[in-house]
Amino acid sequence: MSKIKIGVLAVQGDVTENFLATMASMSELGIDGSVIQVKTVEQISSLDGLIIPGGESTVIGQMSLVNGAIKKIKEKIESGMPVFGICAGMVFLSKNSQDRVVGDVDQPLLDILDVKIERNSFGRQKDSFEANISMDPIGISSFNGVFIRAPSVSETGSDVEILAKFNEKIVAVKQGNVIATAFHPELTRDISLHKSFVKLVDNQS
Amino acid sequence: MIPLSGDIPNSKGAICENVDSNSIVRGTSTLKRGFAHMLKNGVVMDVTTVEQAQIAEEAGAVSVMVLDKLPSDVRKAGGVARTASIRIIEEIMDHVTIPVMAKCRIGHMYEAKVLDETNVDMIDESEVLTPADEYRHIWKWDYTTPFVNGARSLAEALRRVEEGAAMIRTKGEPGTGNVAEAIYHIKKVNEELRAIKSIYDSDDKQDLVKMAREFKVSYDLVEETAKIGRLPVVNFAAGGIATPADAAYLMSLGCDGIFVGSGIFKAEDAQERARAVVLATTFWEEPDKVKDAQKMIDERQSLLGLDIKNLELKMQDRGSTV
Repeated sequence: MSKIKIGVLAVQGDVTENFLATMASMSELGIDGSVIQVKTVEQISSLDGLIIPGGESTVIGQMSLVNGAIKKIKEKIESGMPVFGICAGMVFLSKNSQDRVVGDVDQPLLDILDVKIERNSFGRQKDSFEANISMDPIGISSFNGVFIRAPSVSETGSDVEILAKFNEKIVAVKQGNVIATAFHPELTRDISLHKSFVKLVDNQS
Repeated sequence: MIPLSGDIPNSKGAICENVDSNSIVRGTSTLKRGFAHMLKNGVVMDVTTVEQAQIAEEAGAVSVMVLDKLPSDVRKAGGVARTASIRIIEEIMDHVTIPVMAKCRIGHMYEAKVLDETNVDMIDESEVLTPADEYRHIWKWDYTTPFVNGARSLAEALRRVEEGAAMIRTKGEPGTGNVAEAIYHIKKVNEELRAIKSIYDSDDKQDLVKMAREFKVSYDLVEETAKIGRLPVVNFAAGGIATPADAAYLMSLGCDGIFVGSGIFKAEDAQERARAVVLATTFWEEPDKVKDAQKMIDERQSLLGLDIKNLELKMQDRGSTV
């Protein structure tokens, strides 16, 4: 088995937190591999898996467009590389995104995940919340969901599996090798979601 | 990793409630500090109108900060600078998708409450406005909305964190277009962090107690900070940043991101400059890209700037010193 290499897209947002959660996952699972922070096309080319962290989806999208990273990421995912998108990462992966208040926004998207996103779905920062979430389809029955100005999924395509809902809103989905959550597992001490992503990457390579 | 906990018991800002039979909690330290984490490697831009806010969003700003006047105009106008018009803040909130911040006066509990009720995403208790209480800062644990505070030293930063600030920025000298003070403040904080880290590593508890007394903050906070060797919250650069190279330099000094005040919208080439500062912040590790960003701006159109030695008003000195 070759060593797996997982990247955390380091354009903007909470990169370090995902880096550390992935490192911890690998060591707990006893999987031989490395985690790197990636920004350039060359760095992205060499990856077996990618995490797109939380941040502002407009910024991550625009800055990934500048250096051509967006094209490379899309290419890699389409050729089977597993990807885990968190909050802004979920928005960035989607085919369609609208803001709850502002409506249509012209922002670069990866156009991979067949969902419609409602940005800032639960309100502004004061409405940000922590709540218990269950993701039974992937065997995680209880997880502390940290929702920060979080999006939700308002429509799903036929290939999209719903992993979790909160108050009838879809907050975690899976489509083939694409996992996306509206909440931030990297801001908790629970690495079970990162572990399941690392396993997914390991099984692929 | 930056710890996200740090709640004090019975902090009024943290609220438990039931939504459709699910229990949720809002305003926790994880949510407040976590919000600041989402801004990392981004640029927060000062704006006074919807148009400026939209330019900022299109340029790639991670958030906008709404003011009544940009800091350099606050200097020119003199008089008392207060929080911005609520109507303008709300109008901006309705027109951009990125987070919207606003400033309140140092110690002004009710400007803060008004902003909290307005639902801004973060409140900046700022020395750019005229302090309302010369002896105290706001007790920020009482609010569900997170706060950012300025600091010139590690002691100031930790005092603000102890009061509940979820994010810190350097004070610099706002509205001058002169980055020297921001550079001085971040270097000072870094130097002091190195010093307490080395005390921690040498396991000299007594010396750490001495530092806590000197800093006028609790021992636990000093120990936690010394252990991780960085501020326990996200730390941005602010005060006097005017060019892409300024932003890239501050990122290289270990800042988590950038606030730009007058630097963008007091320049003649605001649109280009906004974009250029974002590019330089994102790609600060690649000097060729910083050069490309710097090339997008025209130095003849930069905010003229002020010499810090001859300032009538030093904003960084305003507000309570403890």
